[in-house]
Amino acid sequence: MAEVPEPTHRRRSHAGTRDLERYAGLFAERTGVMRSSAMRDLMAITARPEVISLAGGLPDTSTFPPQSFAAQMTRIAQESAAKALQYGPTEGFEETKDCILEVMGAEGMLPDPDDIIVTTGGQQAIDLVCKTLIDPGDVVICEAPTYPGAIPTLCSYQADVVQVECDEDGMQVEVLEQLLTDLRAEGRRPKFIYSVPSFQNPAGVTMSLERRRRLVELARSQELLVVEDNPYGLLRYGGEPMPPLYQLDGGDFVIYLGTFSKILSPGIRLGWAVAPPPVMEKIVLGKQAADLCTSTLTQYFVREYFAERRWQRYVDGLVEIYRRRRDTMVEALRDNFPAEATWTEPEGGLFIWATLPDYIDTSDLLAKALRADVAFVPGQAAYVDGRGSHSMRLNFSGVNEDEIREGVRRIGKVIAEQVELYGALTGEQPPPEPRQESAPNVVPFRKAGEA
Amino acid sequence: MKVAVLKGGRSLERGVSLRSGARVEDALERLGHEVLPIDVGPDLVKRLVGERPDLAFVAMHGVGGEDGTVQELLEILGIPFTGPSAAACARCMDKVQAKDAIEDSGLPTPHWFAFNQTAFREFGAADALGRLEKTLGFPLVVKPSRGGSSLGVRFARSAGEVPQALVSAFSYDDRVLLERFVDGRELAVSILGDEPLPVVEAILLEGDRYDFEARYEIGRTRFDVPADLTDEEHRSVIDAALGTYRALGCTGFARIDLILGENGPWLLEANAIPGLTDTSLLPQAAEAAGLSFEDLVQKILELAVPATVS
Repeated sequence: MAEVPEPTHRRRSHAGTRDLERYAGLFAERTGVMRSSAMRDLMAITARPEVISLAGGLPDTSTFPPQSFAAQMTRIAQESAAKALQYGPTEGFEETKDCILEVMGAEGMLPDPDDIIVTTGGQQAIDLVCKTLIDPGDVVICEAPTYPGAIPTLCSYQADVVQVECDEDGMQVEVLEQLLTDLRAEGRRPKFIYSVPSFQNPAGVTMSLERRRRLVELARSQELLVVEDNPYGLLRYGGEPMPPLYQLDGGDFVIYLGTFSKILSPGIRLGWAVAPPPVMEKIVLGKQAADLCTSTLTQYFVREYFAERRWQRYVDGLVEIYRRRRDTMVEALRDNFPAEATWTEPEGGLFIWATLPDYIDTSDLLAKALRADVAFVPGQAAYVDGRGSHSMRLNFSGVNEDEIREGVRRIGKVIAEQVELYGALTGEQPPPEPRQESAPNVVPFRKAGEA
Repeated sequence: MKVAVLKGGRSLERGVSLRSGARVEDALERLGHEVLPIDVGPDLVKRLVGERPDLAFVAMHGVGGEDGTVQELLEILGIPFTGPSAAACARCMDKVQAKDAIEDSGLPTPHWFAFNQTAFREFGAADALGRLEKTLGFPLVVKPSRGGSSLGVRFARSAGEVPQALVSAFSYDDRVLLERFVDGRELAVSILGDEPLPVVEAILLEGDRYDFEARYEIGRTRFDVPADLTDEEHRSVIDAALGTYRALGCTGFARIDLILGENGPWLLEANAIPGLTDTSLLPQAAEAAGLSFEDLVQKILELAVPATVS
């Protein structure tokens, strides 16, 4: 047999400028809107071990019992090795859909299993919906701020993204109505309205029942699609449960996106979409083209895990941990942020949205914060148009309470330095010392128009 | 030759530096050198002492790697390194020092004033702002004295915008400068050894000209190499760039950024360790001069600062 020559080590960055130009000539137009930015480079530093990162959106996976994990994987190996290592159906296994029905049932939804597709994480569900519905230049409506991870997806399909301001009751549906009227006058019709109605990422706010009803009514009367992204619905630490839009609508005009990432593990990359049959048909074709099927191995894992009937108890445990972390962060914000700052006090989810005085740019603040070994997501990441530069997203699920306190203290310190400097520059009085415990000026969310 | 590639570190330009470093490592390997990649951290000295490289290729940008800190260590350890000396790096990194040196050598640089935070916090420097705004006019440019890329650089179009721009700039450094805005073509002259490479012109294709983010982004800015200049323009630009290079005591390589205004070139700053990624200006200029990236890396090795202590 002929000897196979030792492969030569080959790495990235062989491209010279000429090569780069040659490749650039081949790039699809949509890559033009996939932008890098100075901020992305800043985020490269947040991975340093000494940095307390309040920037990520990581759930805490440390409490998942390793013995349980091992037992489930062993069972799979012993009982279903061949199948678990094989391709599976594009739509996902029926058993996985049973688990999804249980999760959705816990929030009062009962979809037809045929309307469900299992996806590689919730992110793929967003991608597939975009792939199915968006032509270049189509209008898509999002919340302002919106999930930062949805923006690159929407942009890569060249959507014309229009953002509707949120307040403490979620997306301002009255504003949305006016926008729809204006768009209609221009002869434009949005392909869909993307919303995270419960414990929104990044704002932490929850859409009120009244607005939910109105949004669904609008969708039904104008035959518009709403894409409801609900990764956090079961992570509720206070307030009353809200019916998902999907439940209010019955699934005619609402496409529902779910995920196991926040209630079990993001590492298994399992999410799902629920859509009306004609839409689902196209989504399935899109999924087939993308990756044929979702990992069978992790679907088996979920099946085994749900068979133990402890998933809800695990979520209850997470809720306890996250509630304490949220409380810790809110308290730390009260103690460390200046009087002019406002922030949301979410009843669930993983994020708090804080807004600083107008003269503080949170991207610049991040540079300063990183020198103090703490990171957050600058608000601009949640907008397509450069707004949000005075706000920041803070995650409270990924680090422990001591780190939350220390992280917020460090951010508070760099903010205080900027506030003081601005005061010195303009002759404005520096604000009083940190507010008292139940001070009335803790505004949950800056109303539209105030910025 | 055993070459340590110093990259990464804690600077805000860590991301760019890692890309520069990776590309350099790749080229060094193809040139047949033994490569020792080092993401610079607290164990730097220990690693350098233990591994005894023949030479260090400094591919770090921003504070720590481009300001002479690492170069000083290398000088102490007696390890030859690429790029300018520690003293030259320190002068280039600090825009205020650099502008002083440029002006002292009789070269034109836009009029400026520099302040540190203490001046505002403790000495009421804000009261002097009105006067200097009158001298500089609007728009004016506010920059952190030490900082790379366009981080923290802001335009102020009116007096009202100055405090906020200062707060942004002070996020990156304790000293900032307010500089007169000079209108003109944006040029970059890379110098290798004592030889200027073809001039690069950055042409903003879309967006606000006051948006610094757009400036070095492919797709939003086009880079013309060589820039379309008359012989006279070319001569004046090269003379100004070489004059700056010498005034700052650079050796090895550097990139000089300037504006070509109606009455000739205005020098803005010098970059002691310009980016070496596949979209960076120095490699582009080298390629326009017929040097492949490997040729460029080889040339940089040959121009390395020899060990002063052994």
